[in-house]
Amino acid sequence: MASITLDHLAHAYRPDPQGPQDYALKEINHVWRQGGAYALLGPSGCGKTTLLNIISGLVTPTQGRILFDGRDVTNLPTEARNIAQVFQFPVVYDTMTVRENLAFPLKNRHLPRETIAKRVEEIAARLDMSAALDRKASNLTADAKQKISLGRGLVRADVAAILFDEPLTVIDPHLKWQLRSTLKELHRALDLTMIYVTHDQTEALTFADTVVVMHDGAVVQTGSPEELFERPAHTFVGHFIGSPGMNVLPARVEGTTAHIGDVAVPLARAYPALPAGAKIELGVRPEFATLARAGTGLPVSVKRIDDIGRARIARIEIAGHPAAAMVPEGLSLDGDRAGLNLETRQIHIYAGGVLVPGEGGVG
Amino acid sequence: MDKPVNNRAWWLVAPVFAIVAFSAIIPIMTVVNYSVQDTFGNNQFFWNGLGWFQELLDPSTELGGRFFAALWRNLLFSAIILAIEVPLGILVALSMPREGWRVAATLVTMALPLLIPWNVVGTIWQVFARADIGLLGYGLNALGINYNYTGDVFSAWVTIVVMDVWHWTSLVALLCYAGLKSIPDAYYQAARIDGASRWAVFTTIQLPKMKRVLLIAVLLRFMDSFMIYTEPFVLTGGGPGNATTFLSIDLVKLALGQFDLGKAAAMSLVYNLIVLALCWVFYTVMTHAGSERPDQGSAA
Repeated sequence: MASITLDHLAHAYRPDPQGPQDYALKEINHVWRQGGAYALLGPSGCGKTTLLNIISGLVTPTQGRILFDGRDVTNLPTEARNIAQVFQFPVVYDTMTVRENLAFPLKNRHLPRETIAKRVEEIAARLDMSAALDRKASNLTADAKQKISLGRGLVRADVAAILFDEPLTVIDPHLKWQLRSTLKELHRALDLTMIYVTHDQTEALTFADTVVVMHDGAVVQTGSPEELFERPAHTFVGHFIGSPGMNVLPARVEGTTAHIGDVAVPLARAYPALPAGAKIELGVRPEFATLARAGTGLPVSVKRIDDIGRARIARIEIAGHPAAAMVPEGLSLDGDRAGLNLETRQIHIYAGGVLVPGEGGVG
Repeated sequence: MDKPVNNRAWWLVAPVFAIVAFSAIIPIMTVVNYSVQDTFGNNQFFWNGLGWFQELLDPSTELGGRFFAALWRNLLFSAIILAIEVPLGILVALSMPREGWRVAATLVTMALPLLIPWNVVGTIWQVFARADIGLLGYGLNALGINYNYTGDVFSAWVTIVVMDVWHWTSLVALLCYAGLKSIPDAYYQAARIDGASRWAVFTTIQLPKMKRVLLIAVLLRFMDSFMIYTEPFVLTGGGPGNATTFLSIDLVKLALGQFDLGKAAAMSLVYNLIVLALCWVFYTVMTHAGSERPDQGSAA
């Protein structure tokens, strides 16, 4: 059992990194709590797999340390760390049965035969695979194979954390949901730290209690799914999480009023300390922007209305800048003129892409 | 799914059938024709029925004796070179670089022996191994080892085996290398996490993943070595005595040297059947080894 601490960790695949552009992973400080369910979320190529491989020991970081319960393991090889990893493509040992596959990590660690047998039965029962124990692993379906790779991590009693590298990529959609619930159940039952890498926000938000969003080799926000939704710390998080993503509009802030072009938006907080020269933007999620009859709220023009099943979303323009807003039940519009009501407390101001905390107001 | 049935499609096979008839079926039927007759030259033939076959398959006769002696030599030779080239090829493939400029350099170097024609290989080794002027032969004798491939049976065999290993191990190595390259990195990473030893990685990941290319390598090397002709013919001419007279060499001696067309035809037919039968056995054994019927609808 361990908490995992990343201490000034950074990695470059080039041997002589010159500047920040050479780093696949920019400096990161983070503590993965014992027993937490984490998701590492970000687009392809943002460094999340690199970070995962550093934790599991497949990659040695260029700088910084990695600590398991305060013990420095930066230079320890993978097999000496109490870590298991499940890969994107299911890895099973083709020549072995399911039972032999599950026993393999224990056999390599020279445990007594009875212990191995007992442990394998136990984990197979947990994974609901007892019936398949004596089948050849190579003949199973992709989701069963993925369960075996997970099982090989679970059998080891010393494993403190299990790392998942986009484990559901090759699984059929209707089985994805099932396998994800299995993971959640195991997490609750076994008190393991789980770190789950994905570029799919639904997977991340349903699996994890803490989501770490990465962008371009750096961590841009760490928080619960609610925090990521309600207070994105970076415009990237606003765009990346949510469907459609957050409206980000260029603005000018004076006192408690923001100006988008010639439209004035009242704010809940004041922003006296905005850095000069930085690009100032106003961010508000479509979920907190409601369309209304023309003449109420901010004047907008409606371009299109999309019906996405659970709601209707309007594609609008505010002073020439595109945005999205919810269309309430029963609203009928004539022409393309409409009004827009914003939840004032859910409006955020960003300077150079980074959230600026306001002063005064409530929350 | 409904498949349309149209027998006129057979006409599309006709050109291939015609070509195969001229290249294979008609020549083989000539051989079959010779194998049931005897000739004393002058284009006169006499019916002999299955006589040649009976003589050939009876080791107590002169013909049967030399046939079985050559057959055992062939089998022994194939067994030896497979036992050396397959493990050696795997070992070479495992130690080949996996990335960087060395890959290209290694691949080109490995492919060089494969590009040399058989008779040139024979000539190279004939000169290289000569006890009087060859570097290898002279060197060995200078070291006090009695080595002379034209007079000593053991020397002759060692030379032919080493020559074949030199010529063909690259093929096995290149095939194995291709098999190794197709293994995703995740397998090696998973094995490290599972604490597998180097040997366990080899037996549980690399060898099973190489199974298919190894099958091809063994088949190719077996067929080739079982039909070997040019290299030993150039190197030893089948000698000393008949010590390196393989079936193909014996066949040429019989057909072109003694002009015993009937005997030679019977021998080549039996030879052909043995090659076919052994290939079928190899293929069946290796494709069915340890495979279980896959699940219905499971993605492989």
